Amino acid sequence: MRPTAHPLSTLAVFLLLLGAAPAALAGEVRVAVAANFTDAAKEIGTAFDAATDHTAVFSFASTGQLFTQIAGGAPFDVFLAADRARPQRAIDDGLADPDSRFTYAQGRLALYSREPGLVTGPDVLDRTDLGRLAIANPETAPYGAAAVQVLANLGKRERFDDHLVRGANIAQTFQFVATGNARLGFVAASQIAGHEDGSRWMVPDQLHTPIAQDAVLLKAAADQSAARAFLAFLKGPQAAEVLDKYGYAPGG
Amino acid sequence: MPDLAELWSPIRLTLILATVTTLVLLIVATPVAWWLARSGARWKEAVAAVVALPLVLPPTVLGFYLLILLGPDGPGGWIASLGGARSLAFTFTGLVIGSVVYSLPFVVQPIRNAFEAMGERPLEVAATLRAGPWDAFWSVAVPLARRGFLTGAMLGFAHTMGEFGVILMIGGNIPGETRVLSIAIYDYVETLRWTEAHLLAGGMVVFAFAVILAMLVLEKRVGRARP
Amino acid sequence: MSRFLDAGDVINARFSGTVGGFALDVAFTAPMQGITALFGPSGSGKTTMLRAVAGLARLAGRLTIGDEVWQDDATGIHQPAHRRAVGYVFQEASLFPHLSVRRNLLYGARRVGSGDTVVGFDEAVSLLGLERLLERGPERLSGGERQRVAIGRALLSAPKLLLMDEPLSALDEASRAEILATFERLHAALPIPTLYVSHDLAEVARLADRLVVLSAGRVVAEGDVGPIMERLDLEPATGRFEAGVVLTATVTGQDDAYQLTRLGVAGQPISIPRIAVAPGEQVRLRIRARDVALATRPPEGISIRNRLAGHIVEIVALDTAPYAEILIEIADGVRLRSRVTRESVDDLGLTLGTPVFALVKTISFDGR
Repeated sequence: MRPTAHPLSTLAVFLLLLGAAPAALAGEVRVAVAANFTDAAKEIGTAFDAATDHTAVFSFASTGQLFTQIAGGAPFDVFLAADRARPQRAIDDGLADPDSRFTYAQGRLALYSREPGLVTGPDVLDRTDLGRLAIANPETAPYGAAAVQVLANLGKRERFDDHLVRGANIAQTFQFVATGNARLGFVAASQIAGHEDGSRWMVPDQLHTPIAQDAVLLKAAADQSAARAFLAFLKGPQAAEVLDKYGYAPGG
Repeated sequence: MPDLAELWSPIRLTLILATVTTLVLLIVATPVAWWLARSGARWKEAVAAVVALPLVLPPTVLGFYLLILLGPDGPGGWIASLGGARSLAFTFTGLVIGSVVYSLPFVVQPIRNAFEAMGERPLEVAATLRAGPWDAFWSVAVPLARRGFLTGAMLGFAHTMGEFGVILMIGGNIPGETRVLSIAIYDYVETLRWTEAHLLAGGMVVFAFAVILAMLVLEKRVGRARP
Repeated sequence: MSRFLDAGDVINARFSGTVGGFALDVAFTAPMQGITALFGPSGSGKTTMLRAVAGLARLAGRLTIGDEVWQDDATGIHQPAHRRAVGYVFQEASLFPHLSVRRNLLYGARRVGSGDTVVGFDEAVSLLGLERLLERGPERLSGGERQRVAIGRALLSAPKLLLMDEPLSALDEASRAEILATFERLHAALPIPTLYVSHDLAEVARLADRLVVLSAGRVVAEGDVGPIMERLDLEPATGRFEAGVVLTATVTGQDDAYQLTRLGVAGQPISIPRIAVAPGEQVRLRIRARDVALATRPPEGISIRNRLAGHIVEIVALDTAPYAEILIEIADGVRLRSRVTRESVDDLGLTLGTPVFALVKTISFDGR
């Protein structure tokens, strides 16, 4: 009997070829986004798709993981980090365009409790019935370092020296407070933006060095024009609106 | 030169945590294993599956639920409130509870297997020789299942020593209280203090090797020996 | 043995329930002395009965041992196994592997009051010949040695009742002989009533005083070993029951030239291959029905030497079977059973009262 190709196997070969073909269709920008910026990025992406001919496709992970993937050759066009260090490192390693780097957003700190009425201002830190105060690990997380600066500037650093619980990152710190295990904590404003429950005090920016989040254009970008269009859009007024809505200050 | 006192604190804490956890595990796991090995209940395997869940679930899932259960919305908060606190999270007690849940299958399974391998007969013999159920349990079942107990205790101890995810979620990284070895290593790596990281991580490797080796040797010897 | 036993002197058991797919409904009475065998084919419910007596299995019913009530569903009494003074010997010795022989022996002994003991440690050890095994672990014992330790362990737990569940079936031939001899020694030395489960007729004939025959969860016959073995209606019930009788004979002499032992049965002489028993002693013989032929006149020119004169007291012949079962009385209360074809019965004109000679081809010596 003469062997004949099964129709399904033909289809499989076709799909394989399709998958192996260069994925960058014209006008698509692939963006690696730090996880804390997820919701804001999606909304900015929707606006970007509507306002331009291009389409933005997002991958979300922690800044460190994204950097490792980029260094390993992952096909991203734009890198939105949660800090300044990793984009700088990408430039130093020759992975990113040095001229493209800019601060697209600044994180804001909030003192938050899920108990309504507890937090009215920095005075709440004088209370003696607070138990442990949750902050992100100041040695590894920018929001944690900022929180320690705030405590120092308010003169409360010693008082809380032995009354801190440290989340490994700001997401975990928020969990500690949101589940009520910690009565009070310094969280990212973006984490409590969009709802009004509990009580909060928005920490003035001058109490800590800025928590800057930088963006860079990656050299591997397949479609430079779409990528540059996205970065330009990120600096624009529509993006600024979204940033504010999600508790970020615009980049400087 | 690394600060030795700073290095010793998480080691000491971890050893104490593993020891206490192992003791609690043996107390908790034994009746569970006994029931699983001998009950005829139809939903027995459902209970076995619940006990085995920590084998499959990511530690972050366990940690997340534990965070809720230990906190003011869960039973842990109620218990903590008896002592005037608001949560069992961020406490040594909380870590013990988390570690017991996390390592329970590692202790229940070997003990259950040992009880099952023993079968009904030795207990029937003991009963015809006037040993009541409690007496027979201690004089026959426990000695016959001693290999399972040993394996379970060692696995429970070693697993607690190496625990990271759950403690990360419920510990709060408090030096001397919840900052265990694995958390300390994580911090040292993250902050590029590699000398300290090497000392602790290298020590862990040696320790893990020693535990596994001791377990293999002891298992063989206990399997042979008749007290 | 008296037919009318005092209620305080008997084991009274009545059990019912469903066991492994068949209904069990059994009642029997056993004296508080001697060995009562629960006999029947595999799956007849013997072991379940024994377990129910020990309290290891739960059946509905009532069980009294002398004046102690161990189970009475009517009043809600059910003593757990560890409160029943039984010594249970399982099919496999089931020694505790983590204990030495000595500590196995003492396991039960330590858990009973010293006033209750039926046999001392040293006595049990010497009765069972365990002196040199005491410090060994069970893994270093032969099958027979293990079973001897198991028996000793049961005896030392001060049992009012010994329960033996086919204790020989897991052993090889040599060990069986060894343990059988041990049982006989014990039986003579210790007056502990015993329920003995077996499906081996030779074993039962040798050891038991009384027999309870079980089939498919029912008692089909119950009584002293001799009369029960003569009963003709057992065969279909027990399946594996090999019809025959057990006779008591007296050794009259040894014939060294022919290597035979001469015996007397109800005053009539017979011979069997030589056994080491002194003249004057009594032995038990088992004679299978199919090994007994019948003649109406003293036969001549025939090799069979053992012939016993008697008369027919019962003939059971079914139209559906080729064989008839015939009971021959050779003296008052001494009976033989013969299995011959119905055709022979008609040809010879056998009827009740016909004088016959029973020609016995094979005789098994069953013990002293």
